[in-house]
Amino acid sequence: MTLNRQPNIPEQDIFYAELINAQRNLSDEQADMMIAKLALILCNHVGDRAVLSEAIALARANTLATPD
Amino acid sequence: MSKTYTYPSFDYQPSAEQQSGSVRRHPVVIIGAGPVGLTQALDLASRGVPSLVLDDDNTVSVGSRAVCYAKRPLEIWDRLGLGEEFAAQGVQWQLGKVFLRDDLAYSFDLLPEQQHKMPAMINYQQYHLEERLVKACEASELVELRWKHKVLSLQQRDDHVNLNVETPDGIYRIEAQWVVACDGANSTVRGMVGADFSGQFFQDRFLIADVIMKADFPTERWFWFDPPFHRNQSVLLHKQADNIWRIDFQLGWNADPVEEKKPEKVIPRIQAMLGPDVEFELEWVSVYQFACRRINNFRHQRVIFAGDAAHQVSPFGARGANTGVQDCDNLSWKLAAVLAGQAPEALIDSYHEERAYAADDNIGHSTRATDFITPKSRSSLRLRNAVLELARSEPFARPLVNSGRLSTPTPYLQSSLNTPDRDPFAGRMLPGTNCADAPIRRDGQDGWLLEQLGHGFTLLSFGPAAPVSVGGITAEVIEVGRDIEDAQGLVAQRYDGQPGTVYLIRPDQHVAARWRQFDATEAQAALRRALKLQ
Repeated sequence: MTLNRQPNIPEQDIFYAELINAQRNLSDEQADMMIAKLALILCNHVGDRAVLSEAIALARANTLATPD
Repeated sequence: MSKTYTYPSFDYQPSAEQQSGSVRRHPVVIIGAGPVGLTQALDLASRGVPSLVLDDDNTVSVGSRAVCYAKRPLEIWDRLGLGEEFAAQGVQWQLGKVFLRDDLAYSFDLLPEQQHKMPAMINYQQYHLEERLVKACEASELVELRWKHKVLSLQQRDDHVNLNVETPDGIYRIEAQWVVACDGANSTVRGMVGADFSGQFFQDRFLIADVIMKADFPTERWFWFDPPFHRNQSVLLHKQADNIWRIDFQLGWNADPVEEKKPEKVIPRIQAMLGPDVEFELEWVSVYQFACRRINNFRHQRVIFAGDAAHQVSPFGARGANTGVQDCDNLSWKLAAVLAGQAPEALIDSYHEERAYAADDNIGHSTRATDFITPKSRSSLRLRNAVLELARSEPFARPLVNSGRLSTPTPYLQSSLNTPDRDPFAGRMLPGTNCADAPIRRDGQDGWLLEQLGHGFTLLSFGPAAPVSVGGITAEVIEVGRDIEDAQGLVAQRYDGQPGTVYLIRPDQHVAARWRQFDATEAQAALRRALKLQ
C-alpha cells in the first residue's frame, strides 16, 4: 500500500469543522497536545510502516517548502 | 565508606619477570580487571588458553555501577560455572512500572519464556560480581592476576605486542601475542593505538545513589517521568541485594556535578521521593554524563578491544556490562583457535564484524531510549507526553513508552561465519542466533540443553549424524533421543527439530548452520566456513 494523496474524506467541510470545534476552549498548549495525540492515534490505526514513513516525509517536506 | 560491603584489597606482588629482568611472551594479556576483563580471562581458561590480567588498581568497582544482568550474560557465566550462584544471590524481578507525574501510566511484565535455566534479569551490585570473578580467576591455573600494574605504552610488532608496564617496583616489559583491552570507557589503550572513538554525547547529567533501607517497595523496576518530587525530570528506582536500593535522578544539563553529589543536596532529594517517614542511609553517590560511542575497529592489529573500551552506551536498558560479557563469549573461542593454529587471523576479524554489529544495535536501542526519556526540544517533549498520557487508557500507546528496552542478544544474522539456510525452518533459531535453552535429561538426571553446548563445536541432531573434523577441530554429535532426552519436547519445539534435523553450533552457543538431513560434506564445509578456513 502507498499513501493515499487523493481526497478521501467524505463531507470534508463538516470534518474540518469538527476538528476545529474539538480545539475550542483549549489553550494553545492543550490544542498542540491534542493534535499530537490525534497524530499518534491515527498513526497506530494506519499501522503500515511504509505508509507512515511516506506520510512523515511528506509532512516534513511540505513544512520545509513553506516559507515562514 | 560502605556500611554493607567491605571492599577487598588485592595484594600487589612483584612478578618473577620483573625481578629477574627476563622478558616473557604471553599468549594473551588482558588489560583491565573489571567484569569484562575477568570474564575474558575465565572464558579463555575454559578453552585452555592461559592469560595474564593487568590492572592499575587493586580492588573492585566502587558503588553498584552496572546493576542489571540479563539472561544471556548469566548463561555465559553459567558456562564458566558461576551462573547458578549469581542467579541465587542477585535480586530477580520481572515487573516494571512507569509513572507519569502522580499516576501510574503503564506497567509491564518481562514475561520471560518459561523453562530456561537462567532468569530474565537479576540486579546485583558490580562489586559483588567482580569479587566473585576475581576468586574464580585466582582458583584457575590458567589465569594470572597482577594488581597495581599500569600499562604506560605499547608497540605493535608483526607477531606480538610489547607492553611497557609500571608497578611499585618500577617499569618493565611484557610481550603478548594478543592483547585484549578491557580498560573501560576511558580506555587509555585506545589512545595508544590511535583508535577513533566517536559518537553522540548527550547533554544531560544523572545522579545515581545507592541507599540502604528496609522498605516495603516491591521488587519491581519503577520509572517516573516528571514526578511531583522531581519535576520535569525522570527517576528510576531498583532493588539490589543486601537491602540496597539504587536510585537514578535525571538532573538536566545545567546541574553542577560537584554540588549535586554533596549529601546535603542528595538526602533531601531522596527523602522527598521516599516520603518523610522512610529511614534510609546513603551508601554511594555519583554524577555522570553519558554518551553512545564505539571504536572504529574492534581489532587494531594485535590489540583487540572489548566491553566499554570498545563501545559505550547510555545506561537505560542494561546494555553496558551485558554486551561486554557477550564480547568475551564471541572472542574467546576465536582466539583459542587462532592461537592453536587451527584458524587464520581472519577469524579474529569476524569478532569485529559480529560484535560491532551488536554494538551498533545496542547503541541504536540506547539512543532511542535516551531520546524518549530526555526529549531534546519542546515539540519532542510534547509528543513524549502525548504517548504517556495516552498510555494510561490506550493499549496501543503502551509499546511506544520507552524507559529503556531490556538487553537481549543481537543475533548475527548477516555474519560471514553463517551458512545460510537452504531448507525451510520455522521458529527463531536462524543461523547467527544464540541457542535457546530447554530442559533435558541426561543419564537419568535433569539438566539443561545449554549445559551440553559450548565446550567446542557441536552437531545437535534429531537423527543419525557423525562427528566432522577440520584441521584439529572436531564437531562432536549430541543426538536428541540417544545422548539426551528431550524431557518436555521443548528442544524439538524451540529448534523446529524434525527427524533428521541437525544443527552445527559454535563454541559460543550460536547457530552456525542447520539442515533437515545430515550430510558430512555439507557439515564439514559449514565448519570450515565458521572457522574462516575457505
